[in-house]
Amino acid sequence: MQFHFSDEQEQFRMMVRRFFERQCPTSATRKLMDDELGYEPAVWRRMSSELGLAGVALPEQFGGGAFGAVEEAIVAEECGRSLAASPLFASSVLAARCIHKVASSADCERLLPALARGDRTAALALSEPNAEPSLSGITCTLTVDQDARLSGRKHAVIDGANADVIVVVARLAGSTGDAGITLVEVDPGATGVTVSVQQPLDPTRKLAAIEFRDVQARVLGEPGEAASGLRRALNQALIALSSEMVGGASRLFEDTLEYTKLRMQFGRTIASFQAIKHRMSELLLSVELAKSAAYFAAEACAADDPDLNYYASLAKAAASDAYMLAATEAVQLHGGIGFTWDADVHLWFKRAKSSEVLLGDASWHRERMILNLPAEVSARRAGQAE
Amino acid sequence: MTQESSASLSDIAAQAGAWLDGNWDPELGLVEWRNKLVDSGWGMPEWPAQWYGRDFGAAEVRTVEQEFARRGVVGVARAGIRLLAAATLLEHGSEEQKQQFLRRILTGEDTWCQLFSEPGSGSDLAGSTTRAERDGDHWSVNGQKVWTTSAQHAHWGLLVARTDWEVPKHKGLSYFIIDMKQNGIDVQPLKQMNGHASFNQVFLTNALVRSEHLVGAVGDGWKVAMTTLSHERRRADGVRSGYADIGLQVEKSGRIFDEERDELATVMEPYSWYPQRAGRVDLAAPRAIESGRIEEPAVRQELARLLTMSASAEWTARRARAAQRLGKAQGPEGSLGKLAASHVARQASRVHTLIAGSDALFAGPQSVEDGIIAEILLSTPAVSIAGGTDEIQRNIIAERVLGMPKEARVDGGPFRDVPRNPTN
Ligand SMILES: Cc1cc2nc3c(=O)[nH]c(=O)nc-3n(C[C@H](O)[C@H](O)[C@H](O)COP(=O)(O)OP(=O)(O)OC[C@H]3O[C@@H](n4cnc5c(N)ncnc54)[C@H](O)[C@@H]3O)c2cc1C
Repeated sequence: MQFHFSDEQEQFRMMVRRFFERQCPTSATRKLMDDELGYEPAVWRRMSSELGLAGVALPEQFGGGAFGAVEEAIVAEECGRSLAASPLFASSVLAARCIHKVASSADCERLLPALARGDRTAALALSEPNAEPSLSGITCTLTVDQDARLSGRKHAVIDGANADVIVVVARLAGSTGDAGITLVEVDPGATGVTVSVQQPLDPTRKLAAIEFRDVQARVLGEPGEAASGLRRALNQALIALSSEMVGGASRLFEDTLEYTKLRMQFGRTIASFQAIKHRMSELLLSVELAKSAAYFAAEACAADDPDLNYYASLAKAAASDAYMLAATEAVQLHGGIGFTWDADVHLWFKRAKSSEVLLGDASWHRERMILNLPAEVSARRAGQAE
Repeated sequence: MTQESSASLSDIAAQAGAWLDGNWDPELGLVEWRNKLVDSGWGMPEWPAQWYGRDFGAAEVRTVEQEFARRGVVGVARAGIRLLAAATLLEHGSEEQKQQFLRRILTGEDTWCQLFSEPGSGSDLAGSTTRAERDGDHWSVNGQKVWTTSAQHAHWGLLVARTDWEVPKHKGLSYFIIDMKQNGIDVQPLKQMNGHASFNQVFLTNALVRSEHLVGAVGDGWKVAMTTLSHERRRADGVRSGYADIGLQVEKSGRIFDEERDELATVMEPYSWYPQRAGRVDLAAPRAIESGRIEEPAVRQELARLLTMSASAEWTARRARAAQRLGKAQGPEGSLGKLAASHVARQASRVHTLIAGSDALFAGPQSVEDGIIAEILLSTPAVSIAGGTDEIQRNIIAERVLGMPKEARVDGGPFRDVPRNPTN
């Protein structure tokens, strides 16, 4: 591993950043907070056609842009920085990748190119009320006879109310644990599907609850064998999410630093107070450590590291804590204005909070780290210490 | 991120390997072997080619180190102040100084100490009141230094002393190399809270410095000292502490290993506890598993926090190194690494306590891990003090990385008039 970005990657980052700066200012984000769709279709079309971002998680074979895990992390980081609203995370990073890792190539051919072009969007129905964010906790049930029928409830489906296709993580009736986990495709208009919008704490992340009552579904891949493919896809999504989060945390950090250098109290800028200098130094450290964890996880993913469960969870745990620290410090160091609706700080605060718990919070991922300790961490080192 | 150009790295590994195959012999004397390393450029490949190195960058250096580690080969002397002395001399030293000192630093024949801190000035290094006065063809030094690690073994000291009292504090300092084995120097050990006595008080009474041992110009002491300190902080990030192997040598036979063990037991003895002060993160998961404490949810959470922090700190240090290699360095990133190391050490101490439970009541060879755990618990507080405190690192990060305003100064005039601690 090289621990730095190539010149091409840096140029790619700057191109994406400039696009978001122009197309997705916070004035636009604020309008979209009240909008049911939650993104600007014209911007999504340009993101897809000009930058190829809708295909970020897919190989060229299915219309993707031949990006690597590191490029995907760069895109995600810039999304987090700008809070650019788009179906990128829900449709491309989550749903399309799960389809790609699980479905037959015929189904991939059928579904993925339209998603990669951004012409259609998909949503991944994964989380269930009162269940922990692991595959073994899935209760939505699938019975497969002549056809496949799905029953159960999902919640917090990102962009679930507007997707053209819903992919659902379910389990075969009577199965437990990883065995029996199956990915199915459901038409949101099918009989027995009830989609209801859930009011999100973070209005930049649209959520829906979806109930399935004996709904006709189409199995993607082999029934009961989706767990390992899904876990891979979800690890990659976790890394993208962590990257998005460190992007948001950096932005909060920079905005707050700038504010402390402008705001005068007691005849001097508040940046001149040591109490504030020390907090900003500690915050920089947290954000930089979380960034390193996200970058390392992206590289580990690109290198097909066998300990990816561990590194993805490490990145998410670090990002959850660092982003929330950045968000609370940002509000605090802005003072009263930081608590207002008019200041932009709360937009990222809410994104930090929703990201903190999405796909598992820091404690959950720390637990997952311990369950997946790499051998070089769990074994005593012979004749070597650091 | 980009791929290493692995072709050239494997060439380097092959070259280093071929040289080691032809030269390494455990029956050589330690100094004899290290002289060979110095002459070949494989002992310190990151140094300039004209001074015993090969101008290698971080990736190449790691490759060479891996070849050494794979074969269990003894390297040049690294621990202690010696490499800080070398880095300072490489940047500011005269040709004669480099000629006189650099080789013997690497062979381990000379041991060094850092005479910076004084009873009245620690964080405020520029407040030094040890005075150096010209006396014929040498300098005469009077004053007191404190917390001087390894002064009892050192042949040479890096000395900051005041040569001008009429100018502002930073401008009146000069930097010297002082011979520690002379009558004018009295070294008194100081016992630390962990029971070791690796640091000392050093009393200088008409101690002599040869005029050719002034480093840089008269009045340049602050600038030269900053070079020493920035290397010290960079090294504190844990990636290359130089203390990795201390006390952990597997029994190997051969004359060279016997001599290395002698070195560890004598001049290196002050550093025996340094792996413990960094927190021994490597022991945390194995001990949690072996003791069964890993079943406790609180242990699992705190352990995972520790592993997250220490891995991220290491990757951040590697990012900083890569940036340096590409000429994109910010400069004071060593301070970020040093601050991270304090957090890691503190969290490691917390985790080792959680794992030990009531075993943390005991110390000494009869206690868990032959006393290693107790030593961790009583040694980690040094990390946030030695080499510049956490508070000073936060000041440096805020002012030099983040561009926040400097503290208002009340110590700007001629040093003679600056308020300072009473001297006894
Ligand atoms: C194990 C160990 C080994 C050491 N080895 C050496 C050595 O080999 N050579 C050597 O020269 N020194 C050595 N030191 C000394 C070390 O560098 C000093 O102890 C350190 O720089 C702090 O100085 P001080 O002890 O005078 O504390 P002070 O400077 O008096 O600090 C006391 C407290 O005040 C805080 N403080 C001071 N200034 C500020 C400020 N501007 N803003 C906010 N807070 C501030 C400090 O952070 C600290 O918490 C060693 C120390 C230790 C613990």
